[in-house]
Amino acid sequence: MQEPVVADTKTSNRELLDFVFAWPAWFFAVGGALNGLLVAAFVVVILMLMFGLQFLGYSHPVYWGFLIVNFVFWIGVSHAGIMVSAILRLTQAEWRRPVTRAAEVLTIFSLLTAVQFPLIHSGRPWRTMYWTFPYDWNRGAWPNPRSPLVWDPSAIFTYLTSTILFVYVALLPDLALARDRAPNPVSRAIYGVLAMGFRGTTRQWRIQTVAGLLLSAIILPIFVSVHSIVSWDFAVTSVPGWHNTIFAPYFVIGAVHSGVSAVVTVMIVMRYAFGLKRFITRDHIDSLARLLIVVATVWLFFFLLDFFFGLYGTEPAEVDTWQRRLVEPPWVVIAITFIICAYIIPVPMWMFRAIRRNFFWMFVTTILVNVGMWLERYMVVVPALERKSGLTFTYGDYAPSLSEFILVAASFALVILGFLTFSKLLPIMPAADIKEGQILADRIRVGRANVPAAMRE
Amino acid sequence: MSSSANEAASRASAVSSMGQTIPTDAEVGHPEGVRWGMVVDLDRCTGCQACVVACQAENNIALNEEQRVLERRAKTWIRIERYWEGEFPNAKARFIPVLCQHCGNAPCETVCPVWATYHNNEGLNVQVYNRCIGTRFCANGCPYSVRYFNFWNPEWPEPMNNQLNPDVTVRTKGIIEKCTFCVQRINRVQVTAKTEGREIRSGEVQPACAQSCPTSALVFCDLNDPESAPAQLAEAEAGRSYTLLEHFGTDPGVIYLKKVDPHAEIHEDEHVHAGAHA
Repeated sequence: MQEPVVADTKTSNRELLDFVFAWPAWFFAVGGALNGLLVAAFVVVILMLMFGLQFLGYSHPVYWGFLIVNFVFWIGVSHAGIMVSAILRLTQAEWRRPVTRAAEVLTIFSLLTAVQFPLIHSGRPWRTMYWTFPYDWNRGAWPNPRSPLVWDPSAIFTYLTSTILFVYVALLPDLALARDRAPNPVSRAIYGVLAMGFRGTTRQWRIQTVAGLLLSAIILPIFVSVHSIVSWDFAVTSVPGWHNTIFAPYFVIGAVHSGVSAVVTVMIVMRYAFGLKRFITRDHIDSLARLLIVVATVWLFFFLLDFFFGLYGTEPAEVDTWQRRLVEPPWVVIAITFIICAYIIPVPMWMFRAIRRNFFWMFVTTILVNVGMWLERYMVVVPALERKSGLTFTYGDYAPSLSEFILVAASFALVILGFLTFSKLLPIMPAADIKEGQILADRIRVGRANVPAAMRE
Repeated sequence: MSSSANEAASRASAVSSMGQTIPTDAEVGHPEGVRWGMVVDLDRCTGCQACVVACQAENNIALNEEQRVLERRAKTWIRIERYWEGEFPNAKARFIPVLCQHCGNAPCETVCPVWATYHNNEGLNVQVYNRCIGTRFCANGCPYSVRYFNFWNPEWPEPMNNQLNPDVTVRTKGIIEKCTFCVQRINRVQVTAKTEGREIRSGEVQPACAQSCPTSALVFCDLNDPESAPAQLAEAEAGRSYTLLEHFGTDPGVIYLKKVDPHAEIHEDEHVHAGAHA
C-alpha cells in the first residue's frame, strides 16, 4: 500500500524535529514522576545488595519469581523492534516508515531494562562478570557452557549490539538533519560528531541503505534465537511444566505478540504527546492490528499445543502442574485473566475495521494484551516451581513482596524514561525514511497519465 | 638464578594445574574409584530428627527460628519428611530423611553458569561457596529441593557463636548451600589415613547425621566398596531398596530401604507414590 503524501519536505523536517528542540512542561513532570519510581527501586536494590534478598517474596522451593517473570516480559517486548523494522523493511512494506524507529528504540530500552533483572535477582550481583563474560578471571573456572544462563548473555548482548547498530545506521541521515537545524553551537557540534560526516552524497546514501538492509537480514536469526534461549532457561530443566520442547517457538511468538502490541501503544501515545498526527495515521494502526490478529492466533495455537502436550503425555507431575495453573484457586484467576486479556477480548475486537482504526480502542486493547502477556509469563514460571518436586512435603507457595512490585513498576518507568530521553535528544521519527516514502509515493502528470515520480530499483 | 628457576617451575606447575579443578566426564564416577553414598533404612527411622540437629551443629547452619520456618526459609541440609498414611484414627506417620542425593547424573550441575556445583571424582556433588553467585538455577533444577539459599548473613547470638565448627565455612548471604556429606570429616579421615600410611577403613568416615542416628537408619559408605557393611546390606535387602524419584534418572548416591509393614494397606495414595518406586 502506497501512503499518500502528507507534507512537503519543509513541514516534515519542522514537525518531526519539533520535540527534539522544544522543552514542553509535561516532559519535566513525567520525567520527574518516573525518576521518583526509579529512586524507590534504587533504594530497594541497595537494600538487597547490603542485606541480601530477604526483601523479596522468594522462599523454599520457589526461588524464581517476579523478577524473572519481568525479565522474560521485557525480552519479549524487545522483539517488536526487529519484527516490525527488519521484517517490514525486507518485505518493503511501505507503511512501516513512521513506525520503525520507535519500535527499534523500544527494543533497545526494553532490552537494557530486561538485562538488569537477572542481575539484581542473583544473590551476588557484583560477580556478574564471572558468568556473563567468557573468561576465567584467574579462577581456573570458565563459565559453564552447559548452562543456559551462559547462553543468555551471549544471545542478549549480540541482539543488543546489533539493534544499536541497526538504529544508528538508520539514524545517520536524521542526525545530519538535526545537525543542520540545531539552534545552538553546542548541540550542533554534538549532532555533527554523531552524524559522522553524513552529507547526503549518493555514495553515502548507497552505503547507508545497503548497511540497513544487510543488518535487517543478519538480525533476523538473532531475533529468533534470543527468546528461544530465554525459553531454554526453563525448558532444559527437569521441572514439570517447564520441560517442554514447544517452549522456544511458543516464547518467540508470544514475544512478538506482546512486542507488536507495545509498539501500537507507543505509537498512539507518541501521536498525541509529540504532535505527530500528520505522520501516525489510522492506516498504520490498522496495518499493525491486522498483523496482530495473525500473531495472536498463532500464539494461542502454541499455547494450546503446550497445554495439550502436557495432557497427552499423561505424566502425572505435568498434569498436576497444569491443574495448578488452570484450576487451583490463586492461579485460576490469573489464568482466566490472562487468556481473556491476551486473546479473547482483543482479537475479536480487531476483527472490526472501525476498532482497528480507532486510536482509543487500539490503545486499550494493546495495553490489555501486555497485561495478559505479563500474567502468562507469571503463570508459566511460578506454579511449576511451587509444585516442582515429587515430594509433596516441599510444596510451597509464592507471594510477591512490596519490593518486587516496586521493582516491576520501576522497570516500566525505566523503559518509558529511556524512550522519552531518546526522543528528546534524537529524532524519534525517521525523517529521512518518511521523506523517502513520500518521494516514492509522489505522482506527476505526464500528458494524460498520472505516474509515480520516482522509480524503485 | 635459582629463584627465577623456582618461579618458572612454580608457574609451570600452576599453569599445568589450571583447568584441572573441574574433572572431565571420564574422571567423574569411574567405577574403580570411591563413590561416597548412604543407605537409609526407613524401617529403622523413627523420625526423631537427631540427624537434623547434628547436621545443624556440625555444619554451622544458621538458626531456624520460628519466623524462618513460617516463611519457608529455614535451612535443613537433611530434613525428615513426614507423610500421613491412612485416615484418622488409623493414620500412620511415615518418615523419609531427605538430604542431597549426590546424584551421579545431577540436574543441578549442568545448569550452574559458574561451576559452583560440580561432581568430584569421589562421587560427591560439591558446592563451591566462593564461586556461587546465587542465580538459584540449581535449586530449580534439583527435583529433591535440597538446596537452600542464604537470604541474609547468618548470625549467632553470644555465646552460640563459640560452638561454630572451625572446619566448616560460614556461608555468606546470596549463595546456595546444601549437604556436603560432611566433606570436612572425609578430608580429615583421608589425611589421617595418609599420615599413618594406610587405606581408609570401611566405616571410618561418619557424617554427623549418620553418627547421631540412634537406630542406625543412616549408614554412610563407599558404594563402590563391595566389602562395606552398608553396601552388603543394600545388596542383601535388594528387594526393598530403591532410590528417590527414580524416574528423573539422576542416579542418586543415597539408597533407601523400604519400610517393612506387614499391616500396611496397599493403596495408590499420592503421598506414598512419591517415594514408592521400589
